[in-house]
Amino acid sequence: MNPKRTIGDVILEVEDIALSFGGVRALSHVSFGVREHEICSIIGPNGAGKSSMLNVINGVYHPQHGHLVYRGKRIRRMHAHKSARYGIARTFQNIALFKGMSALDNILTGRNLMIKSTFIEQAFYWGRARSEEIAHRRRVEEIVDFLEIESVRKVPVGRLPYGLQKRVELGRALAAEPQVLLLDEPMAGMNVEEKEDMCRFILDVNDEFGTTMVLIEHDMGVVMDLSDHVVVLDYGRKIADGTPEEIRDNQQVIDAYLGVAA
Amino acid sequence: MTAVDIAEDRVQVRQSDSHDRVHGSPVDELDTFPKLLLNHALQRGDKPAIREKDFGIWQFWTWRQMADEIRAFACGLADLGFQQGDKLAIIGDNRPQMYWAVAATQCLGGVPLPLYQDAVAEEMAYVLNDADVRFVVVEDQEQVDKVLEIKDRCPLVEVVIYDDPRGLRHYYQPFLFSLTKVQEAGRGYDHTHAGFFEERVATGKGEDVGVMLYTSGTTGKPKGVMLTYDNFIITGRNGILREGLQEDEEVLAYLPMAWVGDHLFSYAQSYVAGFCVSCPESAETVMHDMREIGPTYFFAPPRIFENLLTQVMIRMEDAGYLKRKLFHFFMNHARRVGTAILDGVAVPVQDRLLYALGRVLIYGPLKNVLGFTRIRLAYTAGEAIGPDIFDFFRSLGINIKQLYGSTEASVFVCVQPNGQVKPDTVGTPAMGVEVRVTEDGEVLFRGPGVFHSYYKNPKSTEETKDAEGWVHTGDAGFFDEDGHLKIIDRAKDVGKLLDGTLFAPKYIENKLKFFPHIKEAVAFGDGREYATAFINIDLEAVGNWAERRNLAYSGYTDLAGQEAVYDLIQDCVEKVNADLAKDAQLGGSQIKRFLILHKELDADDGELTRTRKVRRRFIAERYADLIEALFSNQSSHAVEAQVKFEDGRTGTIRANLNIRNSERFGIAEMRKAS
Repeated sequence: MNPKRTIGDVILEVEDIALSFGGVRALSHVSFGVREHEICSIIGPNGAGKSSMLNVINGVYHPQHGHLVYRGKRIRRMHAHKSARYGIARTFQNIALFKGMSALDNILTGRNLMIKSTFIEQAFYWGRARSEEIAHRRRVEEIVDFLEIESVRKVPVGRLPYGLQKRVELGRALAAEPQVLLLDEPMAGMNVEEKEDMCRFILDVNDEFGTTMVLIEHDMGVVMDLSDHVVVLDYGRKIADGTPEEIRDNQQVIDAYLGVAA
Repeated sequence: MTAVDIAEDRVQVRQSDSHDRVHGSPVDELDTFPKLLLNHALQRGDKPAIREKDFGIWQFWTWRQMADEIRAFACGLADLGFQQGDKLAIIGDNRPQMYWAVAATQCLGGVPLPLYQDAVAEEMAYVLNDADVRFVVVEDQEQVDKVLEIKDRCPLVEVVIYDDPRGLRHYYQPFLFSLTKVQEAGRGYDHTHAGFFEERVATGKGEDVGVMLYTSGTTGKPKGVMLTYDNFIITGRNGILREGLQEDEEVLAYLPMAWVGDHLFSYAQSYVAGFCVSCPESAETVMHDMREIGPTYFFAPPRIFENLLTQVMIRMEDAGYLKRKLFHFFMNHARRVGTAILDGVAVPVQDRLLYALGRVLIYGPLKNVLGFTRIRLAYTAGEAIGPDIFDFFRSLGINIKQLYGSTEASVFVCVQPNGQVKPDTVGTPAMGVEVRVTEDGEVLFRGPGVFHSYYKNPKSTEETKDAEGWVHTGDAGFFDEDGHLKIIDRAKDVGKLLDGTLFAPKYIENKLKFFPHIKEAVAFGDGREYATAFINIDLEAVGNWAERRNLAYSGYTDLAGQEAVYDLIQDCVEKVNADLAKDAQLGGSQIKRFLILHKELDADDGELTRTRKVRRRFIAERYADLIEALFSNQSSHAVEAQVKFEDGRTGTIRANLNIRNSERFGIAEMRKAS
């Protein structure tokens, strides 16, 4: 039973983006739109430019051509810190957590932007620092509860199995209370059970918090099940864009994945 | 007058006419759990009644708050059409809301029916139908999905109530309600129906059926055991008196609610004595939560103690040289004098002093790590516990005792008395309980906890409970010279070898399982020339052992087939044989041949019950060819087995199993030697 979610208007538009590294063209003139509350998957063979696309959206890479439109605002040059303030959070393909810190502390770092108290207040645990800490901790505990990682709360992240690290990373992204969440291969390297869990968390996040999601994923079963909207890239070009059903029947997509008969 | 005083008063009455009570003439007016609840709300309204760790913080409800919640819940159920005598199934982890469901049902004169939350859909459907369940209370989406899956097959189920709304926002089934909504409606109903709740609670009587618990079904389909308020209140109170439990006990409720023990320890006794019960944050955090709560009264099946000991030992191997030496030195000392000190036996002063030093350096910190610092009393039951494990914990000064009980007895049949704990017996009859052994060795009991009847099954009721109230346990056992009961096996499983030697498979299996390297064992030999066994190795323990020896392995099947592992297990088997040889009656049933199974016995494959008891007949059928191989001269046998993976797929495991012969010992010889 697929829940009936209310998908809104387009909130994030990628317009005519071109990105190259020296002579390598990572993205050439890609445009697509992401609607509010939807789950949008970007798929494509290796080297198609999927991660580059996410990096452009949250301002890690700066495209040579094109721009982003976020909530009606045209952004020529996105920066990582700007995207965070806009409410765009992300997770990484190769987990980027603080290995020596506990799961709890890692998730707390996601609250960084929302901390108002000064360094001095924090050092003495005084004034705003106190009430803030309690409020943030509460929010983090809600995420811990949501992602069912109570048992590893205090465990240094480096000691956790891979699937749980991915979950903690998702938790950190959620801690920022994002409006748009970019997930770079959230299920890579997981076994079937872990994948199922992760799918459920993604759906639940989307459902409970109404978060718009853009994700990169290789597992077609997962993509077709989860997504409202699929964008297919191949050699840096967009070759298809539509609902999972449309993509499944698209000849160009099939050719890109299976090769074309000579 | 505090509730404890009241309890003592009542028990004076009970002792003078305990038999009248058995046959149902309750004297005091607090004869049901709802009445006890309302009384606690008055007597100790501001004391914590139940605790739960949520969002990383222990949150609690006082007796008054809990009574309010339960009242709203009950009225909400009434609003949904719940009638007196209706059954309400409860499926979920140990959560305050799930325990409230039990009490709310009882307030309305209904019968709560806790189920095992990990039961597969078929088992659940069978029980829901068998018990004519109309209402189901579940914990979360997972259980809602399971109930929806079987809803078509359970036409009687009318209402499903869930506690955790997560993920259920888009479920629009008209029979699905959130607990919050039900309670909200209940508060309204309570308002418009003044006096309804009080009247319903007052209607309940001690001899009414208070709860229905399904037996796990080692044999055939599970049966619904109906137990009355009297059963649990009197049994609970007797237990409290015998052990001197107080109203300030701390208990962690972490075992399945469908298990009779949890119902007695975490529900009945809490209501009787007025102590607070804590619910862990999740199944994975139990050990951590236990450390935080520091229970004073604890119960666990032997495998939990076993796991704890295994973990301690594995972690000690990784500890530094000095710590390891200290640990072993003081543990050896504890093994020598610890249990004696606990039992109050005279011990030389220097040993006492050394033990006191050990307490500061080793025992105290170790108990703290395990969360056992404050334990006054711990019970273990369900299976026999290994003497090594048992002594380990007792030598640390933890008063763990074995009890022998059953669902049909509301737990207690026999308990080991303080100071007279013998590892291989289950102690003396519990307060108010009479125990008898028939000529053919079956154990019978009679007492205040004896169940009302099996639901809709008068035939089984008659077979189990005779006219005089004696319950046939189906267990074979005998009383030793001190009047302690010793259980050897299920009466029907006790067989004979061809030469007439007594063959008690469970007795042998338990001895095998006491070795940390052996997880499960199944012995065969009835009507055969000699005894043989299947072995399941313990992947964690043997895996660790293999790692330390640089033995590479890819998984269970690979590890189980290795020669070195066979050597290790053979050593265990031969030790068991030596042990068996000491027993005149059972000495002839030493294991001649054994094999290590290529897969772990699993409840999902129907080989074990949900409480992890071996389903002997099923295994005998399924592995008939392997058993034949054991009784032939083959030294190996090829197998192929279907397995069900956790995601529901099935697959096949192929392996070539070795069969080993093990040395057996002469019975007389051993006796001379010892």
